[in-house]
Formats: sequence, C-alpha cells, structure tokens
Amino acid sequence: MSKLSFFLGCIAPNRYPCIEISTKKIMERLDVKLEELEGASCCPAPGVFRSFDKTTWLSLASRNIVLSEEIGNDILTVCNGCFGSLVDANLMLKEDAALKEDVNKMLSEIGREFKGTQDVRHIVEYLFQEVGVESIKNAVTNPIDLKVAVHYGCHLVKPSKERHLGNAENPTFFDELVEATGATSVDYEDKMACCGAGGGARTAVLDTTLHMTSNKLDHMVAAGVDCIVDACPFCHLQLDVGQTEIKKKFDKEYGIPVLHYSQLLGLAMGFTPEELGIDMNFVDNSKFIEKIRGGVK
Amino acid sequence: MSDTIKTSNFSQEFREEIFEEPGADKIALCFNCTGCSSGCPMTEQEPEFNIRKFLRMANLGMKDELLNNTYIWYCTTCYKCQERCPQGVHNVDALLKIRTIAVHNGIMLPVHKKVGQLVVNYGHAVPINDATKEKRKKLGLDEVPPTVHSFPDALDEVKTLLHIAGFDKIVAKEEEEK
Ligand code: SF4
Ligand code: SF4
Repeated sequence: MSKLSFFLGCIAPNRYPCIEISTKKIMERLDVKLEELEGASCCPAPGVFRSFDKTTWLSLASRNIVLSEEIGNDILTVCNGCFGSLVDANLMLKEDAALKEDVNKMLSEIGREFKGTQDVRHIVEYLFQEVGVESIKNAVTNPIDLKVAVHYGCHLVKPSKERHLGNAENPTFFDELVEATGATSVDYEDKMACCGAGGGARTAVLDTTLHMTSNKLDHMVAAGVDCIVDACPFCHLQLDVGQTEIKKKFDKEYGIPVLHYSQLLGLAMGFTPEELGIDMNFVDNSKFIEKIRGGVK
Repeated sequence: MSDTIKTSNFSQEFREEIFEEPGADKIALCFNCTGCSSGCPMTEQEPEFNIRKFLRMANLGMKDELLNNTYIWYCTTCYKCQERCPQGVHNVDALLKIRTIAVHNGIMLPVHKKVGQLVVNYGHAVPINDATKEKRKKLGLDEVPPTVHSFPDALDEVKTLLHIAGFDKIVAKEEEEK
C-alpha cells in the first residue's frame, strides 16, 4: 500500500472541505494511505509570497516539505497552487546547495533541516502516473453519464520544464482520468485558458479577473457541458464563487456546477453527492444533484 | 504613451538586480516578437498590462516607471508567455522579481499586505471561518483542520520563520504609517 502525506493548503480545508473529504474517500478506495501532515501551513501561495520575498516563500515552503520528510512520506497536494509552490521550492533546494544552506540556517532556528529526500505530487498527476487509468476504471462502480468541461488550471502543467507532464498547450492526461469515470470530456474554445485567480490578481483586481472567468464560462456554456471538473481549490473558488460575483456585478447568470476531480471520481465510486459535499458550493447545485441521482447509470 | 524617455533616469543596477533571477537575463535576447504579450489573457482584458513592454523597460533599467506601475500586479502567473517565448526568457519569473524589488522599496498594494498579515497571524492566507467549520462538521471532518490552526507550536514556528525572513516587518509597514 502506498503512503503519502496529505498537504491541505488553505482553500481546501478552510473554504471547500468537500475537496478534503472526497480526496480521503477516493484514496482509501484506491488503497493509497493518506497521513495528515500535522501543523502544516499555507504553502505559501506562489504568485503572492514568491513575488513579495523569495526567502519568506522558501522558508515556509521548505518547512512544509520537511514535516513530510520527517515522517518519510512524499507529499500529496490537491491544489495547483500548492503543487507549484512546493514542487518549485523542493527542486530549487535540491539543486542549489548554497540556497539549501541558507534555508537550513533559518530552519535550524525551529530545530528542523531540509534534506531533499521526498517528492511533491499532485492528485491528478499521481492518479494518472502511479495508480493508472485502468485501475481507476476498475474502481468505478457507478459510471457517470455527464458532459464535462475539464479545467486543468495553469500550475498543474506549467512551467512545463519543471512539471514533466508533457505538452502544456494540449495535454490529455486529465481528460483520460475524467473519461475513466464514464463521463465525456467535451472540448471547448480556449480550453487551457487561465481561470483568472492566480498571481494575487484576484485580490488585486477582482473585476478584471472575473471578466477572464466569464470568458471561460461562456466557452463552456457554448460547448453544452453539464459541469466543470477542476484540479485546484483556487480555480474552484474563482469558477464557483466567481459565478455569484459575476451575477452580482455584471448581472449574468451561469449556474454551472463546479466539481473537483476527487468529487467526480467519488460519485463514480458510488458515494452520494452529500457525502462528497457537492451540495456545498456557492452556486446552487440542487438541480444538478437531482439529475445525477436520476441519471447515474 | 508618447512621454519622452529620459536615459538619465535609467538604472543599470536595477537591470542587473532583475537579471540575477534565473532566466531573467535572457531579456537581453528579446527581439520583440510579441509572442508573450499577444497570447496573454490579462492583456486581452486590460491592454495597459503588457508583459513585453514591462520586460523591455526592465532591460532599459526604467526603475521608477516600472516599480510604480500598478499594472505589474495584474499578472495571474498563468505562465503562457514563459512557455511560448522563443528566446527562453523567464517572463513570469522576471516579473515576480520586479514585484519583489517593488515590495522591498515599500511599494505594495494594501490588499496584498492584508493577505500577508493573515499568514503572519494565522499561518494561512485563507484562514478558517464559521461557515466552513459548519461544513466540515457536516462532512464528518474535525471542525478545525489539522494544520497550524490546530497546533499552536506549529504556528509559533511559522511566526519565527517569518520574523527571521523579515516578512512581518514588510507587511506591517503600512500600519505604522497610518
Ligand atoms: S503569466 Fe502573466 S504575463 Fe504571462 S501570459 Fe499569463 S497573465 Fe500574461
Ligand atoms: S516572447 Fe520572448 S522574445 Fe518574444 S517579445 Fe516576448 S520576451 Fe521577447
């Protein structure tokens, strides 16, 4: 049985706990043991903290990695931001001895040391590369008949040099995982477009980022999808809470359900929408829930 | 913009500081192909935001113009530009470096400072709230997650690191000014 530390980050545990519980449920079914990473902090958010001060960013990121090193686990993230932050920090510290020494000087103040023994994984790439599409298919008991707009998000695949997940302009691994649940991944215009949230932009210029989100949602609607499936709580927030903000600010209503991949796979494994917290989005998902109750084959 | 650019205001030091960032030195190889800016989703929304222009300005050492340009905070770090640059410029990393220099010159958006303060105080950029506690309970999770939120010693460690890095001072500045 594989064993990983579950790195929660901020938005999953503190806004969308449905992603946390769904991840636990599906990983248990897939025989991947998740251990809590007790005392972990913000990753810290790459676009914001890395812009402010690289030393600060590295000190908190390295501490999170060290917590997992100390229990001998690789780290599992369910968020593109956490993934980007921790992968980049881990790589930099493994490759740059001088930087590692600087960071370890700081960490020694709290009695810790970065060794560089563990890897950082993202749930989607982990499922694809370690568990495999076939095993996922075998774990599906209730195939899902839905048309899905897959949203990769940026930091899962970019910068591609550090991600090793192939072509960042036209990837397919996430679509394959979505289709393993029985769903259809529907192509839509500018599919790899950013949701708008990252880099501190949502905080700095909310309305401008919502126009980006709105463009993305328009393209999804035009393709006739039943729901969005993403891989990141921050994209999730921008796409879900964003819809309520777009309604208020621009008087435009979409009503598209947003699911994290862990929730989609959870449905296909026979968990109920309530067990997976699909009723807890900011957009009202009740019609969608009725539909999947009646429509699950 | 038709303002005259004064070469006397160029800062070679500023240019060199940016070039310390790995891949940012490739800005010197930029041949202005517009590959980065033409695909940028933020430029599509806000034409005043132009990554190519900003990096050209960096190459000239236009320190004051860049650091005080509020649009440097608009980038979503989607990395589309960096993926596409034929000259291998690390466009985003260079922009983040410019932001860092701005922050260390006391230039920072108040809303970003607030996010920084949240991490200093709680160890989370997005701390728990009552509505989420309710949701967590309903889902069968502990009301408070097993992060720094549940372990005061862990939060102390985070605070210690932020203090050594001087980050608490960086985000505290504004409050002192008030
Ligand atoms: S990373 Fe920033 S500058 Fe580059 S394409 Fe995305 S939003 Fe534009
Ligand atoms: S894509 Fe690269 S070479 Fe082309 S304008 Fe942008 S930075 Fe310069």
